[in-house]
Amino acid sequence: MLILTCPYCGVAADETELACGGEAHLTRHGPGSSDDAFHGYLFSRKNPRGLHVERWRHVQGCGKWFHAARDTVTLQVFGTYPAQSHEPPEDIVRAIRRRHPEWTWKGAA
Amino acid sequence: MKRYSAFAIAREALRNHTGWERAWRAAEPRKQYDVIIVGAGGHGLATAYYLGKNFGITNVAILEKGWLGGGNTGRNTTIIRSNYLQDPSAAIYEKARSLYETLSQDLNYNVMFSPRGVIMLAQTQHEVRGYLRTAEANALQGVKTRFISPKRVKDLVPIINLDGPRYPVLGGLWQERGGTARHDAVAWGYARACSDMGMDIIQKCEVTGIRQKDGKVMGVDTSRGPIDCRKLGIVVAGHSGVLAEMAGFRLPIESVALQALVSEPIKPCMDVVVMANTVHGYMSQSDKGEMVIGGGADGYNNYTQRGSFHHIEETVRALVETFPMISRLKMLRQWGGIVDMTGDRSPILSRTPLEGCFINCGWGTGGFKAIPGSGWGMAELMARGHSPLTDAFSLDRFREGRFIDESVAAGVAH
Ligand SMILES: Cc1cc2nc3c(=O)[nH]c(=O)nc-3n(C[C@H](O)[C@H](O)[C@H](O)COP(=O)(O)OP(=O)(O)OC[C@H]3O[C@@H](n4cnc5c(N)ncnc54)[C@H](O)[C@@H]3O)c2cc1C
Ligand SMILES: [Zn+2]
Repeated sequence: MLILTCPYCGVAADETELACGGEAHLTRHGPGSSDDAFHGYLFSRKNPRGLHVERWRHVQGCGKWFHAARDTVTLQVFGTYPAQSHEPPEDIVRAIRRRHPEWTWKGAA
Repeated sequence: MKRYSAFAIAREALRNHTGWERAWRAAEPRKQYDVIIVGAGGHGLATAYYLGKNFGITNVAILEKGWLGGGNTGRNTTIIRSNYLQDPSAAIYEKARSLYETLSQDLNYNVMFSPRGVIMLAQTQHEVRGYLRTAEANALQGVKTRFISPKRVKDLVPIINLDGPRYPVLGGLWQERGGTARHDAVAWGYARACSDMGMDIIQKCEVTGIRQKDGKVMGVDTSRGPIDCRKLGIVVAGHSGVLAEMAGFRLPIESVALQALVSEPIKPCMDVVVMANTVHGYMSQSDKGEMVIGGGADGYNNYTQRGSFHHIEETVRALVETFPMISRLKMLRQWGGIVDMTGDRSPILSRTPLEGCFINCGWGTGGFKAIPGSGWGMAELMARGHSPLTDAFSLDRFREGRFIDESVAAGVAH
């Protein structure tokens, strides 16, 4: 069972209490953007084998969206942080690097 | 290649089975091939086979990082059906189903195709209307299916509980010539035939990079050194995103774990495949007597080949309601595979932004049934540049909004 700690209510929630919202920090291209950018935002995904930064919602709890950094192979969780952020915070990046020294934050897609 | 036959069995019986050949050669990689296929699952092997058989292209290597058939092809629950809703799906899945009918003869390898019939139960009014609609669509597409009454369901499946507490059975979509086949045998049969045509199947050879020049594919880097090619086919299911990253593009695909489990073997009790999409479970009985059970996929990206336990619980709970007699069965094994999910739950068979590089993926939870048709179409796509079977499944359908929406029609993993 995957367990993530909700950064708002502090509950260590089982995956059955949560819903995954997919890749995080996508730039929301909309009207006025190029077809390529809009297509990319709607459909193209990193889908990495390894470190994934993603959105989750504490549906059966406080109902809020948050972010998590997780390894898709080992399911190791490197931390969770509030939705109101544009990139993973320092301490989570450090935790990730301890395990994946080559990992860098490539910025929003 | 020595053909398998009743005569061969008799001959070998008389000489202590010393004359059986290896089914395929263990090939060493050469420097260059006309075509490289990455991934020796059913779809990769079938693509190679029809490249040789239909287009005479035999200077082909099939590269596999693990062992042949060790991906989803060897992990699936082997349901074969073609009762899809949209025309392009019906065309490719029915092509595949019809090729399955004669695949054993074609490959001279017993793939144990068993057209025992598949029922998709309708357990809500919504499902009844959905399947009535699918049955009409199938009639127009030339796919033989029928909506049947609860009484007929009970005749076909005596062990079923029609009036379950939550979701009584209101009917079913019945495809008489759907069924199952032996998954390993499909991979092995294609591999044997490919090897016989002179193709190289190279196992334990992981592709680690895709070499390109001026937007054109030149070859691949592998754990066994670089290999050149003119055309490249990426057919790696759950790992499609990893290969796309090497080639320099992104896909509308998310990889998740899908699980299955089998029970201890019991006496024959159910000779059709039953799928219960509302309650999320499906079941068939293998020739060994095991009840083969599958259900839902994980709700988040992962490459664990394991899956979350609560999904098994949900699946088994649903099936015990539908088939009360299985409540005391012991489960023998559970496993997972990494499935490649697209947004419209339809596959991608397409050229890619990299010239000479083609991709066949997105079969997600339901591509075993499609192996022969997918290989047929993919071979034509790679040989000719397009194929009537695959054109609708191109990568640019997402950009152009031409979805082939089967998510409503399928609803469950299988
Ligand atoms: C539990 C489960 C149940 C299922 N049930 C059904 C069912 O009942 N009916 C149905 O129709 N479908 C079912 N499916 C789906 C079906 O199994 C797949 O759609 C199908 O097998 C995909 O075949 P493939 O050849 O594309 O992929 P695979 O068989 O996964 O083959 C891809 C191969 O690529 C190799 N590979 C990956 N990366 C590399 C690399 N870098 N270099 C070299 N090789 C690489 C892998 O090792 C693998 O062998 C099920 C799937 C699962 C997991
Ligand atoms: Zn919360």
